[in-house]
Amino acid sequence: MKRFVAAAVVIVLLALVSLFIGVGNVSWNSLFSPSPDERALQVLVISRIPRLLAVILVGMSLGVAGLLMQMLARNRFVEPATAGTAESASLGMLTATVLAPQLPVLGKMLVASGFALAGTALFLLILKRIPLRSVLVVPLVGLVLAGVIDSVTTFFAYRFDLLQSVNAWTTGDFSTVLRGRYELLWVTLGLTCCAYVAADRFTVAGMGESFTTNLGMRYSRIVALGLVIVSMVTAMVVVTVGMIPFLGLIVPNVVSLFMGDNARRSIPWVAVCGAGFVLVCDVIGRVVRFPYEIPGATIAGVMGSVLFLYLLLRRDARVG
Amino acid sequence: MIEAKNVTKRYGTTLVVDDVSLRLPVGGITSIIGPNGAGKSTLLSMISRVLPMSSGNVLVDGLDVVTTPGDVLAKRLAILRQDNHLTSRLTVRELVTFGRYPHSKGRPTVKDQEHVERAIQHMGLEALSARFLDELSGGQRQRAFVAMVLCQDTDYVLLDEPLNGLDLKHAVSMMKQLRTAADTLGKSFVLVLHDLNFASCYSDHLIAMRDGKVAFQGRSEDIMRPDVLRAVYDLEIAIQQINGDWIATHYR
Repeated sequence: MKRFVAAAVVIVLLALVSLFIGVGNVSWNSLFSPSPDERALQVLVISRIPRLLAVILVGMSLGVAGLLMQMLARNRFVEPATAGTAESASLGMLTATVLAPQLPVLGKMLVASGFALAGTALFLLILKRIPLRSVLVVPLVGLVLAGVIDSVTTFFAYRFDLLQSVNAWTTGDFSTVLRGRYELLWVTLGLTCCAYVAADRFTVAGMGESFTTNLGMRYSRIVALGLVIVSMVTAMVVVTVGMIPFLGLIVPNVVSLFMGDNARRSIPWVAVCGAGFVLVCDVIGRVVRFPYEIPGATIAGVMGSVLFLYLLLRRDARVG
Repeated sequence: MIEAKNVTKRYGTTLVVDDVSLRLPVGGITSIIGPNGAGKSTLLSMISRVLPMSSGNVLVDGLDVVTTPGDVLAKRLAILRQDNHLTSRLTVRELVTFGRYPHSKGRPTVKDQEHVERAIQHMGLEALSARFLDELSGGQRQRAFVAMVLCQDTDYVLLDEPLNGLDLKHAVSMMKQLRTAADTLGKSFVLVLHDLNFASCYSDHLIAMRDGKVAFQGRSEDIMRPDVLRAVYDLEIAIQQINGDWIATHYR
């Protein structure tokens, strides 16, 4: 508990610092002097605070979505970005954009959620049919499926001249977040809370179907609930800021190393560490080429792959 | 009482369990023995509803296992299957506490905690209770799983090869625990065992399966006979009575 509070305090401090990083001049003095700078205040309220909130909401919900995926697939190396969920959501967005361009964002998001749900369910179905489920075959199946769906998306996006939009959905970037353009993400907070409420069920489902049945629960129902949460979170992130790679993979794995996999205990940690991971990536992206920006997803890709390699090698060492 | 009627499991054209009808007595230990592929584990899994049947039905105290709500059955019958490789990192105590889920629904009361502590103690896991399962040896992990199932505190407990991976001391102690639970708490255990002598010494009732069918059933002295075991295992097995137990010597 102490450690959790400490971690949360660090994240809050980092969050406060992030509010003062950017091209527009926002400083403590300009905000809290006797005659506050109107422009600085506007930048803060319209851009910086919404951006910070988006970063935190995305980090929390994608981290927890990754954890749920890993429990449903009973494999540590899957996450929405590598199992076809995010790609399906993009395809859904593309479909909605082409066939029903007038649809409001919420409607498009629901279409994307539907596609994400179907894609992820397909992934789990394929896993069920593969006879030899080696640890590494599972993420490979996910990557292959994701690649197939992605190629369909790219083909039609190319035909309809929408490649740029697809790029925006697949590469998470917080620089476009403004007040009025991120509020959909608050729904992810609700979904993350849902995951926490049902945490015990997900832990049990992570132990497998017969364990779940033995303890008197319906495995298929828990899987369905998990699928809905994962798909909706992914779709919302894809629609608002774009996908962040590795987040759903790294954060739950690191948390698992020191907390274990009892979701009741680990979900709060995954949420806080997920927010911290995205926050750090976003801040680095903002300062490394100041005054220009590198998308948070790119930084997450670099940091994530290094961390992932470390985890992979470490894990192998222990298994051997 | 557990009652199986015409239970059949078919994979394609292969019959794994072939029209088995059984009444398992209440109280005591029933052990299912038989060669590999005889359908022992499949039968146990179907009785405990974790594997769907191709045909037939199973009643537990008159409740059909297919149609009765899962949480009702989970308070009457517990199953531990054979292949328990978890990917989840849980501590021993967390795992055992999940055994209380059918009663506590995730909010363990003081009484649930007592059950957890008792189960941990019975399986000799006190020193390991804070360790993660992936940091234990196979036998220690097996004891943790059995503790979880015992913690579920059901009238019927089905264990598929509970002695798997246990050393001699812990195997004997596990069988003694089950015997005590059967005698003092009136619980019914159904075990799949490969060790004939453990089955013979600790069971009230033996069921010998072969080719998906129940070949023989009865008390130890009815089953532990060279002619019966030859028909089950295709092996000459000498039987000796030592201190009142029927012991098979099949090592040479």
